[in-house]
Amino acid sequence: MAEKKLMKGNEAFATSAIHAGCRYYFGYPITPQNEVPEFMSRELAKAGGYFIQAESELGAINMAYGAAAAGGRVLLSTSSPGIALMQENLSLLSSVELPIVLVSVMRGGPGIGSIQPGQADYNQATKGGGNGDYHTIVFAPASIQEAVDMIYKGFDVADEYRNPVMVCADGMIGQMMEPVVLPPEKAPLAEEEIGNVKPWALTGHKEKRERNAINSVWLQQELLEEYIEQYWPKYVKAENELQDWEAINVENCETLFVAYGSVSRVVKEAMADLEKEGHNVGLIRLKTLWPFPHKAFELIGDNCKNVICCELSMGQMMKDVEAEVKGKYPVHLINRVGGMLLDPVEVVERTKKILEVK
Amino acid sequence: MKPVFEYSRGMREKELHYCPGCTHGIAHRLIMEVLDEKGQLGDAIGVAPVGCSIVSHQYMNVDMLESPHGRAPAVASGIKRVHPNSPVFTYQGDGDLASIGTSEIIHAAERGEKFTTVFINNAIYGMTGGQMAPTTLIGQTATTAPEGRTVAQAGYPMRMCEIISQMDAAVYVERVTVTSPGDVRKAKKALERAFEVQEKKLGFSFVEILSTCPTNWGLPPVKAIEWLRENMMEYYPVKQFKCPEEVK
Repeated sequence: MAEKKLMKGNEAFATSAIHAGCRYYFGYPITPQNEVPEFMSRELAKAGGYFIQAESELGAINMAYGAAAAGGRVLLSTSSPGIALMQENLSLLSSVELPIVLVSVMRGGPGIGSIQPGQADYNQATKGGGNGDYHTIVFAPASIQEAVDMIYKGFDVADEYRNPVMVCADGMIGQMMEPVVLPPEKAPLAEEEIGNVKPWALTGHKEKRERNAINSVWLQQELLEEYIEQYWPKYVKAENELQDWEAINVENCETLFVAYGSVSRVVKEAMADLEKEGHNVGLIRLKTLWPFPHKAFELIGDNCKNVICCELSMGQMMKDVEAEVKGKYPVHLINRVGGMLLDPVEVVERTKKILEVK
Repeated sequence: MKPVFEYSRGMREKELHYCPGCTHGIAHRLIMEVLDEKGQLGDAIGVAPVGCSIVSHQYMNVDMLESPHGRAPAVASGIKRVHPNSPVFTYQGDGDLASIGTSEIIHAAERGEKFTTVFINNAIYGMTGGQMAPTTLIGQTATTAPEGRTVAQAGYPMRMCEIISQMDAAVYVERVTVTSPGDVRKAKKALERAFEVQEKKLGFSFVEILSTCPTNWGLPPVKAIEWLRENMMEYYPVKQFKCPEEVK
């Protein structure tokens, strides 16, 4: 029977990965995700897995590349500047179609930034910093339970799409404690089984098949164009099938909030206060950042007069929301940056100010 | 009649794209012969670098992948965790290993990773067209050192065997060349020992092969071999730096 356990976010993320059958983790210390490598260094070997403290984030994601190419189920975790260093490999892993799950515990930026929670890596996660045509599939949990579930499911999504999956948890979710129900434990793929389940993996050809070559370089551009066109439909499929969101009163509201991650919880509290004062409010909470949940915005009803984006960045998500509503409603921003947080009182006050100005 | 020379089973029947006189072909073949003779072609997994040999997987008849520039030792570390009993090797040039990839090679060596690195040192960037490498000799010209490398401008060439052999967990370190039939035999022997070290899980094994790049050195193949012997072998002595008792 699944029981509820009180767990710290980062430790729950790592446990969820082990339950999903992940046996390879490569990490490098960076705040606020350090509990993940610390936990894995203690627990992964007990489960028959392998932990390496890499020499850098570059080392970590390249170890992950090797292990994923060899057919292993791999977890990585880091925080904002670490993702910046890993971008080359997110492009490469996409180009060679390899699955990994990467947890980004976002902090304040830019540059070395702050170690407090942030959401200013929305563009980094969804638009990528790697070269070329590719996408990273990005989930955005608002609670530890949701993060646990998204990481668990993320491994299957990564395998199905043969693509990196990123779970963007802000520092708040990584550091806080909440009760969680852990998903059931799956057995990892045995080494002898890898070749059957993942025929593309590097296992040694055993003199039974042609050698496998995982290549990312194409010296004839015609062939690269052909290759990109051949794998691109999976991104179209992802856009159709993976969009996920939570909708509250979207059809009827006059004031629609858009938020994700821990900020959405602050917004929900603010909404309760605003409702008490007679405001008709609704919320679209993004659960996937890529694909962006376009379908949620089709639900907006005729009452809508204002759209308010709440986020811990200078409006990175808001740009996607503006593109979505195409000028039909004014789009406003309630934000804090640099590691500073929004609280419900501030959201209520700033919302009222926005609505008064009209 | 018994054939005296055959196509190695370890090499796929593909025409090499390497320039005439380049020693990549010999190095490729030696690694494949060693794995074939050990009966390990079907188990081996190779990591190709960025550089001319990025497409070495087109020639070597083993499972392989391409690493981002310099990261091959980290990639091999990950592969070896999934297949701890399979022979794993990285094949890296001097720009890849001694410039952009110094962090990965040093740390893989210091962790005592149980894979083999074959380091091709031809003292120049080949694929990009002859720029100065970290191993370019003092006075040697390159497209980014048109008057010849100077200490004032670019410091001294890196001696990777000497650096790697300082690491306790790098247990087998040897520098060889393939510029004469005798040297080719010695190079093969070094590779055999390196893979044996790996098989016996003794630690990290590293073989540097002094190599030619006639195209970017601007020399015909025979002259390139002479240039290597006269210039490179003085600064990069061909010798065994470290070898564990178990494989002597």
